Amino acid sequence: MKGLEGLSNWQKSILEQRDPDVRWVAVCGGTGCRASGAMDVYDAFIQEVEKLASSALETRVEVRKTGCHGFCERGTLVLIHPDRILYQRVQPEDVPRIVEQTVVRGKIIEDLLYEDPATGQKIAHRDDIPFYKKQMRLVLRYNGEIDPMRIGDYIAMGGYQAAARVLETMTPEQVIDVLKRSGLRGRGGAGFLTGDKWAYCRAAPGDHKYLICNADEGDPGAFMDRSVLEGNPHAVVEGLIIGAFAVGANEGYVYVRNEYPLAVETLSCAIERAEAHNLLGQDILGLGLDFTLRINRGGGAFVCGEETALLRSIEGRPGEPRQRPPYPADEGLWGKPTLINNVETWANVPVIVEKGPEWFAGIGTGTSKGTKVFSLVGKVNNTGLVEVPMGITLREVMFDLGGGVPAGRSFKAVQTGGPSGGTLIVDTGGAHVHYREADREGRVAVLPESLIDLPVDFESLTEAGSMMGSGGLIVMDDTSCMVDVARYFLQFLTEESCGKCAPCREGIRNMLHTLENICGGKGKPGDLELLQEMGDVVMDSSLCALGGTAPNPVLSTIRYFRDEYEAHINEKRCPAGVCTALIEFSIDPAKCNGCHACVRACPEQCITGEAKQPHAIDVTRCIKCGSCLEVCRFDAVLKQ
Amino acid sequence: MDVAALDKLIEEFDSEHGGIVALLQDVQAAEGHLPRPALERIAQDLGLPLSQLYGLATFYKAFSLHPKGKHTVTCCLGTACHVRGGHQVVARIQRELGVKPGETTPDLKFTLETVNCLGACALGPLVVVDGKYHGRMTSAKVSRLVEQCR
Repeated sequence: MKGLEGLSNWQKSILEQRDPDVRWVAVCGGTGCRASGAMDVYDAFIQEVEKLASSALETRVEVRKTGCHGFCERGTLVLIHPDRILYQRVQPEDVPRIVEQTVVRGKIIEDLLYEDPATGQKIAHRDDIPFYKKQMRLVLRYNGEIDPMRIGDYIAMGGYQAAARVLETMTPEQVIDVLKRSGLRGRGGAGFLTGDKWAYCRAAPGDHKYLICNADEGDPGAFMDRSVLEGNPHAVVEGLIIGAFAVGANEGYVYVRNEYPLAVETLSCAIERAEAHNLLGQDILGLGLDFTLRINRGGGAFVCGEETALLRSIEGRPGEPRQRPPYPADEGLWGKPTLINNVETWANVPVIVEKGPEWFAGIGTGTSKGTKVFSLVGKVNNTGLVEVPMGITLREVMFDLGGGVPAGRSFKAVQTGGPSGGTLIVDTGGAHVHYREADREGRVAVLPESLIDLPVDFESLTEAGSMMGSGGLIVMDDTSCMVDVARYFLQFLTEESCGKCAPCREGIRNMLHTLENICGGKGKPGDLELLQEMGDVVMDSSLCALGGTAPNPVLSTIRYFRDEYEAHINEKRCPAGVCTALIEFSIDPAKCNGCHACVRACPEQCITGEAKQPHAIDVTRCIKCGSCLEVCRFDAVLKQ
Repeated sequence: MDVAALDKLIEEFDSEHGGIVALLQDVQAAEGHLPRPALERIAQDLGLPLSQLYGLATFYKAFSLHPKGKHTVTCCLGTACHVRGGHQVVARIQRELGVKPGETTPDLKFTLETVNCLGACALGPLVVVDGKYHGRMTSAKVSRLVEQCR
């Protein structure tokens, strides 16, 4: 196969064999749906389809295992093409009737449809569902459309044609110019202009250069990059080919997090298939570029998401960060110029080449172009993955797409940017909305009220002294204790600190110790001031961004939830009922009907009472595990 | 680990592309941990100080110097699982098994691990037993889950 022509002939031959009117089934094969049993659903479809094939009916059906559809809350998701009917919470036993009624006869099965909780109406077509309606999918455009393990599916969509066009008709300078004009900025968090980064790396002296795709997505609650690699790995490979041509690199690495086995599997398959079709390797598509791509599995260390630590890890050393400059564009992997971008950034590249930089720059706001993928998790109704145009407000993301917090609870805060991102948007009873974030130098800015209506783009957040973060949005409600959340993040960071520099290693540990005392009922006056003082030192003197931003969650929660801290310290009380040392379980005799459920559930056998008589908890033996509360169906167990 | 298999891995070791972590990952995958004799042999064959391998083995979480149990129970403690009560689930398993996260029961039946997010946040709190995901866990449910493995 040679050049663009070869690719488009291949695409034509695939499309000729397909009938666009034939119904086919896309079963979500993302990690979330797999955990809900998607593989059993897929197997059931395969069985039904085989039955159909041996029957007298003319209908032929195809089933594909696709990447993450995004609406994880409703998994297992099944999308019927070409009508784009979405069935949610599908179980293997639903499969025969889906095939018989919908696939064969085109009839919609009402009870498998999504019901809009606001209107009570059933919605048949995926794109009419509020969760999808406001999305704009560029990076995730083929998730749910193609089987990531089949290169033909990507080719049929016009895949690799952007790369071929670049190799065939453009100069490296033209490619970099396209990137610059598109306004694309790095999606890893800092938001550096991608075109500029490429230009620096191209200009760096040396004939041996490396490309790296950073897929070490370590922030808890963030799974954007994983879903791209799982659902559309060829887009990342194609972006890397374009980057290799632009900066003059012949070798690349994808550094994938150890906890993402499925992403490693799909990416390995994609690389292998691309090599087999001369899309990677020597003389790609006969157009003169040599580029090989290797996968490097991370060893499970959060700090390796930091670029200098990542480089050391690929070199086979412990992933400890080093001082910058020199920046990787000058001295990166094995001392050679190296271009590092994250998964989402690479996946945007073919889209920009295909649609044109002006088209891309038309999406979003003044200085933030294109879309951003967010994972929306925590105490939110529609957990999942969303891709929205830059400039959308946080309120729209949280409430229109996310569906707000679970019934009966009230929205309290949202955390973005990972454990050390420390962005907290705080809604105290709806009256005040604050926002706080430390920028890279550790300065802290407070935005005025009603910040939940702030547009999500680099510029607005930067103007406010903030940053975009990698894309995890963790929603918290009134049952989340802010002191506990701060303690949680510091515990995470204590474990993940590489230990190279003392302020991070010792400082975070000491801050954690103080927080543990507060959560454990041993807090004392002056602790908050001590935390703030330690936080400033850790921020100012740590070597890399891990320590430089680690105190953020503590400092921001002290600022906006000082009353919660004071309740812990002065009244030895946890208002949200989370810190076990400060809560006590009891049974409300008026509500307890003596069903014995809690007695059976209690691992300490410390609940007593006759059947049909109110029970009682022996608080001296209670370990506060909460099992009784979980099993009580009459709300009789009290936690205070 | 059988010496021939180890030698084959060492032979395939790609020093040019920083393959030492990958080599240890392969040994870890085959053995479930990094046995000292294997590390000694790698050090000897590749001319590396044993301390360097020990440094890698203890820096990265993917490696263990001790054998793992027959069943591995992994509790997700990502932020989303945490705010949904994941810590209570871990506390319950700790009680049931009598070991702390990162430890293995003396009878080598269970290894308890925690992880900082598996990205299946819709199902939190999440517990993975031998690779199988169990979502929306409660301390009562997880106790039954552990019981089933015994």
